[in-house]
Formats: sequence, structure tokens, C-alpha cells
Amino acid sequence: MALEEYKGVYVFAQQVDNQLSSIAFELIGKGKDLAKDLGTEVTAILAGYQVADLADELAAYGADKVIVIDDPELKDYRTEPYAHAVASVIKEFKPDIVLVGATAIGRDLGPRVSARVHTGLTADCTQLDIGDFPLVAIPGKEQLHNQLLMTRPAFGGNTIATIACPNFRPQMATVRPGVMQKLPKQEGAKAEIINYNPGFTPDNKYVEILKVVKAVTDTVDIMDAKILVSGGRGVGSAENFKLLEDLAAVLGGTVSCSRAVVDAGWKPKDLQVGQTGKTVRPHVYFAIGISGAIQHLAGMEESDIIIAINKDETAPIFEVADYGIVGDLNKIVPALTASLKAELANK
Amino acid sequence: MKIIVCIKQVPDTKGGVKFNPDGTLNRAAMLTIMNPDDKAGLEAALRLKDQYGAEVTVITMGLPKAEEVLREALAMGADKGILVTDRVLGGADTWATSSTLAGAIRNLDYDLIITGRQAIDGDTAQVGPQISEHLNIPVISYAQKIEIDGDSVIVERQYDDRYHVVKAKMPCLITALAELNAPRYMTPGGIFDAFKADITVWGRANLVDVEDSNLGLKGSPTQIAKASDKVRKGTGEKVNLDADASVEYIVGKLKEKHVI
Repeated sequence: MALEEYKGVYVFAQQVDNQLSSIAFELIGKGKDLAKDLGTEVTAILAGYQVADLADELAAYGADKVIVIDDPELKDYRTEPYAHAVASVIKEFKPDIVLVGATAIGRDLGPRVSARVHTGLTADCTQLDIGDFPLVAIPGKEQLHNQLLMTRPAFGGNTIATIACPNFRPQMATVRPGVMQKLPKQEGAKAEIINYNPGFTPDNKYVEILKVVKAVTDTVDIMDAKILVSGGRGVGSAENFKLLEDLAAVLGGTVSCSRAVVDAGWKPKDLQVGQTGKTVRPHVYFAIGISGAIQHLAGMEESDIIIAINKDETAPIFEVADYGIVGDLNKIVPALTASLKAELANK
Repeated sequence: MKIIVCIKQVPDTKGGVKFNPDGTLNRAAMLTIMNPDDKAGLEAALRLKDQYGAEVTVITMGLPKAEEVLREALAMGADKGILVTDRVLGGADTWATSSTLAGAIRNLDYDLIITGRQAIDGDTAQVGPQISEHLNIPVISYAQKIEIDGDSVIVERQYDDRYHVVKAKMPCLITALAELNAPRYMTPGGIFDAFKADITVWGRANLVDVEDSNLGLKGSPTQIAKASDKVRKGTGEKVNLDADASVEYIVGKLKEKHVI
């Protein structure tokens, strides 16, 4: 296949219940960087049912073009019709790069699509660049330019690897939510709208959704919080999280937790930080009674300021903490809450 | 009912990671375990076997040493083990791995294929959905509950803020979350039998409908440009004070950084 025929940076604009996910804007933001290096444009792939009016929002965050695929079969996410939609766009429009969010949807959609169009897919990327492959010229081997270099943690966060996809197109990556920056919203920006429908004929691969069960939580998304007060197994019980909630309340922060806490049933999964939870980068991250397993660190180490409180002075969390306090959280946290309350009352 | 479970022998990432000079993982040099999500997938298959009656075949691709996880699976209650191993399969990315496993599975009858959601070494979650694409069957990823209903499966499929109850006609591929269940232990009798059991070993020649150009390092669209140890941000300050002094310390830092 002629690789140079493939042009443009395409992003999958994930929507759920006809609301665009934050990752859609993050991918456009990163896509703009890549497109600038390549001298090309960013196209959002918007698939769903009665979603056409979301195109303006994608434009406001920087999309140059929006391909709208509107069909009743795309109402709720199902692998097959969505894979068909995206694979058809790839076959029709021949993008150079396709970015998909590494969400519970994108990590199912991406592999199915990459297998269908026969190209590589790099999972859970945390950094994307345009550069040469091989990185350094090797005698006797052609060095390719303008390649997508996809960087990701692997082996439970122990290592990072940079991956290229030199001989197949498009170059596909799923990208971790919360890592790339979205652009400031430009109200009134317009994108070129392309309506496209490849036709959807149900076959053996179409599954039937019998029921949609939404988790009932009224909590804010921890990925948007500026201050996170995060608790681990060391907090001891669901009831004892009250200490963390009080601290969060004084600081206008939000409570999050480690995987151990979710496994123990103390907090719901949508508050979990880490490799199998969410990636967060708040201004301040309190790690309270969290030992700091590598999978947890992978989800929070980009936070601006990390304050760790743990009674075990050898806990790995201290290796990434800006300020580590060895001590008993049951004594320190309530006293800290009281002290901050007094401080803030005097302002 | 016939169930195939794909399992992987993975390095226990707690034991550190070692590389070959070409940047690929030096699997031979590390301690290994059965990948946790795959073990949950196997447990799910064994529970379906207990409940509805089924023949459970476990299949793995890897070095000859990967036979160990097949024996562990047999000791837990699986019926047959198949090892896919061949020098030409080495260095495979997810495309080449899924092409290989699909090529092996085409030899078998099945109603259900269960894989783990993802392996703890690569963390990609790609091989399961890619196998389903190669075999042209539906996939249900991130399964937190599995039931059989006649010729269909009914699965709770987890998303970030919800789950879908999804029905699919078999044959179908399901990827299992470790949260699905608590895997059973091997039984002493099972261990004894598993030690003596025959493991089927397949190589390149046994793969059905797969081109050489889709196998191993050469058949991998993705290539490693660089691999390195993660550089962590340095350790900051660490203090060991009484509770009041600790509070004073934290409040001081929050002021210094203009948080309050």
C-alpha cells in the first residue's frame, strides 16, 4: 500500500448519552500539535445517534473537520457498529494517524478496528511526538521521517517504551485520559462538517443490549479536581474515610482512593486512582495511608504537589512525594483539618 | 459446551524487569505467574463447567516454559492444554499474537472463547478483541458477570460509570476482569494429574489460515523505537515528627506553595 496516500490526524470523538467525553477534546488538543508538525489538519470522527449538534463543540476545541456518522444502530456503544463506522472512515478517508481514548470504550474499539484494517495499535499512550524512526540513523537501514512516536508505560509502570508503526497506516494509538491538554474553548469556531454513513447491517457480531445500568453517584469526576485527598488501605475502614472527607471539605477538594479501597468495598470504582483506575494530575495530591504500589503511582505521579502521610517510613509513596510525613494519619489528619479551618477563617 | 481460555505466562512485575539488547522483554530471566485477568477468565470458564457442563481447553503462546501455566490451569480443573510455541513466533506484537492464536483456535470447536482483559506485562487489552476480529465473532470486553442462556451468553459489560447487560449469540469472545471472581486453588489430586497430563504442543505448521507475514517480530506492525526504565521524579523531603509538628509542617508547605 502507498503510505504517502494517508494524510491527516483523525481523533475518535467519544460521546456517551450524546455528551462528548473530555478525552475527545484532549485528543483534538494533542492532534493539533501533531498536525502542526506534519502540516495537516485535525478531523474528529463523531459517531452516534442524533449527535450532529455536537460538532460545533468539537470545532470550539480545535477540530478543523468533523465527520458525522449518525445512525440508530450507534445509539449506545456496541463494538461492532462502532468498529464498522471507524474502519469505514479509515478505508474511505485514509488518515495518517488515528487517536482513540484509552477508555473502557476505546480500549475495545481500537483493537477491533486495528485488526480489521490491518495496522498497528499502541495502547495507553502518555506521550505522542512526530519524529524519525529509527530515532538515530543506522547505517544500511532507511531512516523514516514524520513518524508518529508513541510513548507508553509498560510492565506495570516499571518501564516506558516508545513505539513506531513505520510500514502500516494509519498509525493508531489509544491515549490515556487526563494526560493530554485540551485547548482553550473558542466559542463560535466552525469546522467543516462531512456527513458520512457506511450503512449498518446487523450480523452475528451485533450484540443486543438488554439493559443499561448507570452507577448512582453524585461525586465530581476526580480527573477534574484541583485538590485530591486520596486514601488507601491504611485508612482502615469505610467509616474512617470521614477524616479525609472533612479535610477535603475544608480545602474545597475531592476524595479519591487506591485500588485496595475499591476492592475492600469502601469506595466506588469511579474514585480509584491508578493503572486500572483513573489518571489524575491535580495541583495537590494528598496520599493518606497509601503505600504507593507502582500501579498507583502510574496514575498520580504527574500531580504538581504530592503530600504523603504514612506510618511506614519505607512505603514507596515517599519516593514520589514532594513532602512525606511519617506518622499516624488518625492523629495528623483531624489535627490538620482543624488547623486549616482556623487558618482559612482568619483570611 | 466447549470453552477455550487463552492464558499467558507473565513476568511477576514485582520482581523487576529485564530486557534483551533489542528492547524486547527478556522473559526467560524473570519469575513468572499466570496473568491475573486470565486466571479470572479461567475461573469463569470452570464455573460455567460446574454449572452447565463444559469442556475447557486452555491455550497459551510462549516459550516452552509456558507449559507451566497450562499445568497450573489443568490442576485447577481445565480439561486440555495447548502450547503454541515456535521460534518464528517470537517478538510478536498484539497483531501478530492475535493472528497466531486465531490460527491455532481455527483447529478447534468452540462455543465460547474467554481471555483476560489485559496482561500485567503489556497492559494493552488488545489481543482478546483482535482475536475476535480475526475469527469474525462478536466480542464482549470487560465482563464482570457471565451467564449462559440457550445458544447465547448474557454478560455484564463494565464501563466507567455504568454497565450494560449484553446478549450475544455464541460463538463469542469475552474478556474477563480480575474483579469477576476469586480464582480457585489447585487441588492436590489436580496437581498430581496435571503433572502427568499430556500437553499438546503446536508450532507454525499447525496454524490455520495465517500468512508468515503476520507472525512474530516480522509480522508485527508496531516496532520498538526505545525502551527504558521509568525515570521517576525524585524523592522530596521526608519528615518524622509528632502530630502537631507534622500539621505545622504541612500547613507551612501549603502556604509556601500558595495553596492556602
